[in-house]
Amino acid sequence: MSSGGRLQKILEDVREVLPLSLYEELVESLNKAEDLSEDEKIAVVGEVIRRYVLAMVQPGEPVGVVAAQSIGEPGTQMTLRTFHYAGLMEFDVTLGLPRLIEIVDAKREPSTPIMEVYLDEEHKYSEAKAREVARRIEYTTLEKVMLSLQYTLGDREFVLKLDPEMLEDKGVTVDMVIDKLRDSGIGEVEGGEDPYTLVIAVDRKVLPEERIFDYKAYKEVEAKLRKLYLKGVKGVNRASIRIVDEKVVDGKVVREYAIVTEGSNLAEVLFMEGVDYRRTTTNNIFEIAEVLGIEAARNAIIREIMRVLEDSGLDVDIRHVMLVADVMTWNGTIRQIGRLGVTGEKPSVLARAAFEVTVKQLYDAAVSGEEESLKGVTESVVAGVPPRVGTGLIVTVLGVPRKRVGGE
Amino acid sequence: MAIKNGKFEEPFVIEKIVFGLLSPQEIRKFAKVTIVRSDIYEADGSPVVGGLRDPHLGAIEPGERCPTCGNTREECPGHFGKIELARPVLLPHLGDYIYMLLQSTCRRCGRLLLPQDRAEYLRKIYVRLREKWPRLAEVMASHIAKEASDVTECPHCGERQFKVRYIRPIIFYERRPEGEVRLTPLDIRDRLERIPDDDVMLLGIDPKRARPEWMVLTVLPVPPLAVRPSITLETGLRAEDDLTHALAEIVRENEKLKGFITTNAPETMIEDAWITLQHVIAAYIDNELPNIYQLTHRRKRPLKTLAQRLKGKEGRLRGNLSGKRVNFSARTVISPDPYISINEVGVPVEVAKILTVQMVVTPYNIEEARRYVLNGPHKWPGATFVYKARQDRKIDLRYQKNYQQLAEELEPGDIVERHLVDGDIVLFNRQPTLHRMSIMGHIVKVMPGKTFRINLLTCPPYNADFDGDEMNLHVPRLEEARAEARELLLVEKHILTPRYGGPIIGGRQDYISGAYLLTIKTSLFTIEEMSRIISRSLAYVDLEEPAILKPRPLYTGKQIISMLLPRDLNFEGKAKIGSGDLKCDNENCMADSFIVIRGGRLLMGVLDKNAIGAEQPNNLLHVIALEYGEGKAREFLDTIFRSFIRVLEIKGLSVAYSDIEIPREARQEVERLTEKARREVEELIEQYRRGVLELIPGRTAEESLELKIIELLQKLRTEAGEVAIRHLDSFNDIFIMAKTGARGSDINVTQMATMLGQQTIRGRRIWRGFRTRTLPHFKPGELSPEARGFIKGNFRDGLRPSELFFHAVAGREGLVDTAVKTSQSGYMQRRLINALQDLIVSYDGTVRDSWGNIIQFKYGEDGVDPMRTYHGKPVEVNRVIEMVRSMRGHRNE
Repeated sequence: MSSGGRLQKILEDVREVLPLSLYEELVESLNKAEDLSEDEKIAVVGEVIRRYVLAMVQPGEPVGVVAAQSIGEPGTQMTLRTFHYAGLMEFDVTLGLPRLIEIVDAKREPSTPIMEVYLDEEHKYSEAKAREVARRIEYTTLEKVMLSLQYTLGDREFVLKLDPEMLEDKGVTVDMVIDKLRDSGIGEVEGGEDPYTLVIAVDRKVLPEERIFDYKAYKEVEAKLRKLYLKGVKGVNRASIRIVDEKVVDGKVVREYAIVTEGSNLAEVLFMEGVDYRRTTTNNIFEIAEVLGIEAARNAIIREIMRVLEDSGLDVDIRHVMLVADVMTWNGTIRQIGRLGVTGEKPSVLARAAFEVTVKQLYDAAVSGEEESLKGVTESVVAGVPPRVGTGLIVTVLGVPRKRVGGE
Repeated sequence: MAIKNGKFEEPFVIEKIVFGLLSPQEIRKFAKVTIVRSDIYEADGSPVVGGLRDPHLGAIEPGERCPTCGNTREECPGHFGKIELARPVLLPHLGDYIYMLLQSTCRRCGRLLLPQDRAEYLRKIYVRLREKWPRLAEVMASHIAKEASDVTECPHCGERQFKVRYIRPIIFYERRPEGEVRLTPLDIRDRLERIPDDDVMLLGIDPKRARPEWMVLTVLPVPPLAVRPSITLETGLRAEDDLTHALAEIVRENEKLKGFITTNAPETMIEDAWITLQHVIAAYIDNELPNIYQLTHRRKRPLKTLAQRLKGKEGRLRGNLSGKRVNFSARTVISPDPYISINEVGVPVEVAKILTVQMVVTPYNIEEARRYVLNGPHKWPGATFVYKARQDRKIDLRYQKNYQQLAEELEPGDIVERHLVDGDIVLFNRQPTLHRMSIMGHIVKVMPGKTFRINLLTCPPYNADFDGDEMNLHVPRLEEARAEARELLLVEKHILTPRYGGPIIGGRQDYISGAYLLTIKTSLFTIEEMSRIISRSLAYVDLEEPAILKPRPLYTGKQIISMLLPRDLNFEGKAKIGSGDLKCDNENCMADSFIVIRGGRLLMGVLDKNAIGAEQPNNLLHVIALEYGEGKAREFLDTIFRSFIRVLEIKGLSVAYSDIEIPREARQEVERLTEKARREVEELIEQYRRGVLELIPGRTAEESLELKIIELLQKLRTEAGEVAIRHLDSFNDIFIMAKTGARGSDINVTQMATMLGQQTIRGRRIWRGFRTRTLPHFKPGELSPEARGFIKGNFRDGLRPSELFFHAVAGREGLVDTAVKTSQSGYMQRRLINALQDLIVSYDGTVRDSWGNIIQFKYGEDGVDPMRTYHGKPVEVNRVIEMVRSMRGHRNE
């Protein structure tokens, strides 16, 4: 009998049984442990399986409660403050308890939306190219590139002074500004005394004759001009470059750049040129659900919760977080943990009534003629029967027969 | 199974509960009396017939016989009465439904405002949907209602439809071309009556259980007296329940309205009285409705009416039904006892004499039972009650003189209610009960004293200390419950936590310092000291030769601990002290901060927080609990940990003022660093003033300045701390505590020895106070470190007044934060639990809720219980390989 074959065959069989990561670790470790004989290696495989089976959850285990407690219990140890994004002093990010509550609340918009935009092979190794992408992403209005915008009541003219530095920084040219101004239909644009000064003669439709001395009308036009869209993606207020990886290849330092944005618009950024759509992500879970689907949203919830917990230095097993994410997403939509989501959609009247808005729940149940089947935990407690959880799942042989009452 | 009066009673089980509205017919059917009088008692004190305490409503006085059912108050279930309303009245909470019904049905023929074929089509879908997805059916119903309410002409009778305006909670108008007309409950009831059952169903209402017209009351049920008992004050005065007061108000208004109608009073008077009746009934149902006159107690406290009884934390549902009060429980202060097992709890004799356990007398325990009865209720261990099975009689031993006779008369089948004794299992709990380790099973050990005693190692799971903490104790009453408590709840079953897969029970504070002082290389013990340490563990060990024989026999600490460890234990890991110069990554290191245990011998490394501490995954305890079982882990905790304390009793651990004194050159160095930082800050401020400060992208000049200053000062404190720690003696007890993780951290040492550092509020330097400065000690607009909450002083030398103030400011923020956090995280946890509590692992390995919905196909994607993992990993393959290797060694020997 060929000696290598036996172990191989056993490993083949084991592959089905063990989780992939464990299986891979086992194979790798066995390969490394050269001093072991084949019998010993088989003994290792046997012991690994024995320990894995011992570590399995038992039927009836109330994994839901355990998950809720495991995430809720460390809540008191969390911080309430916001932090700088990963050491960058540019952005503040909500972390700690407020962010955790935000996630389980399934709020449509995070209080600090942030995108991490990774770049494709062509753009990611050069700071200049990364910056170029960032400029295309960053939502830029006239306001951001101008020095001043002046007007005098009655003469229907706005004098715009552009900031050359900012133009450079945002990658906007004067011609671009002129084009955008013309397209906006606010008025005619003429050059001023220097290349960075423009004079805008406001159209009569925008500023009618009778309002020519109306201060409010000028204010309106000014606001319109300030908010004039020049370039970028809506919702992304700022984009900055960050080094995400640093390697030494052939004696040269190779840096990988990525873009971090304040504000989020996954749908548009994802398919822009230069963006690596596989790795680019956002902390807005609803956007992920819309663009990438519910499975992606589930993973986003897991990732976001784990990040909050890790940043607060709390140690929580990922399995608990996965369960919460699955409860929030299993029916294909993102549901909040609470009255307006998971709990509010329970089939049991008593479970809902015992949670919040008691009276309304009871009235609604009465009108739609609901039936309470007393299957869940809360209802069982209310009715005084052991809940069907854990040891409550098992009926002892010597159980006392129970009289049944109720029903219509 | 319940034992009541010595007999087993079969419990009733509720199969299901059906919700619906009461029809007037039903109300009239079960009403035994019509209430027409608002006065409650006659002049002679007897209840008014036809009043709210009419005797037909049920017997409540002892000895009274119920005129309705003939039972005494023990058996009489209580009977409803009724109030026949002179005019119909809306049920206030159903206004939205009534509104929906009025909008989507015809004002003349009552049919749903959709063409016949459309309605038929929808009905077919709706019926099927309702079977399978009742939640979706609800959504569909609301869409149908929306669709129908937009129709302006009835497709059945051609009647023109008008919009209805609804003012919550009880007023309806119809917008007719001639103007708005108020819809009275009479009009509304008329219209609701005309809606056919089939159409009602399409609108999400079950016509069998809630006909629309039942939403308008014509007769009001009056609850039995047991629902609203009156109380007799000491003065002899009777005080009625709030509900009775509210009902009296209803009867009064109803009779007034009735009078107006029969006497043909002017229409406006009738209208007014009718509206008042509606308000009063609305308030009787819910006294917190908007736009409704609140019923009050003599213009003061609002009455607690029906809705208020159900609502909220103390309401019926949350307060009484999902949270129940119990007997056989005790609560008192806790105090520590390192000499009892972690599985035990010390119970005061006084408590043990009140809490009791039922024992069924059998031929095997009859002698034991007699001993308890003989002792009586006042002498521990005694008994408080005896149930004589044959006579079906309960004997209260408090009122018995002759215990002797009772004991002799005991026979199998009797039940003795005996005191709590050593070896009983109880549940022990500390609030807040945040995780399952907040309630664990303990074995009783009755002790003198007035406090519950617990082993210090069980403090982490309960998050308990002994500064006045109290804990609760519960005695399980059924054999089934006791068995579960022993098998599942016992402390040793919870050494590992499912939260992160690691031990939550373990050493803290002195246990860690003790273990460290025992295992450092410099610790040598005489035979006598060794004996004291070993004997304290109460373990049986084979003593070995001392490592040093001359000039006198001395044991090393590592020898002593090795004698106590399991013979086949292998472990490797880094010690907590391993940082900086002491860092060790493998066994080839002289700093003694890498732990190697082979064959139960501590070969190198010191035991500190990383090896024996609580909440440290993959430490020594974790490995023992996982690989040797919780029993062995418990034994380890119960024996070896005591020795650690004994080491401190021999070696001593205390701190003095001098322990945080740093030498003069260190002070000078800190001074230099401070001076440097100050110059840098000044430089930054100067740049800021001149407007040349380099800005952080996206930040204003002020923000940039502040961020930079904070960073600078933070760095200063870290550096100062490093200086201080470098100059501390490594046998300095404060240093030992911080390094081993027993108590305190480098920051605490820094703050004691060098400086407190920058105080912050919401992550910023302190800026509040006076208009342009924090305190009058500083110049207006001053931005220097000390003007903005930087504290140069330390706890050893004391703080300046302004420094003390800043420290208090930052300290207060911490307190406020904690207060806010607890309430927020508490609510979040309640919601999480409510959402997830029904999920369990099924026999097929899926995670399902109580209704069979599959949430996960395999729990956690690998089906592994996090509690049984090595910090998330189900198996440590390398440990298995190591194990197989070590077995080879054995075989070769």
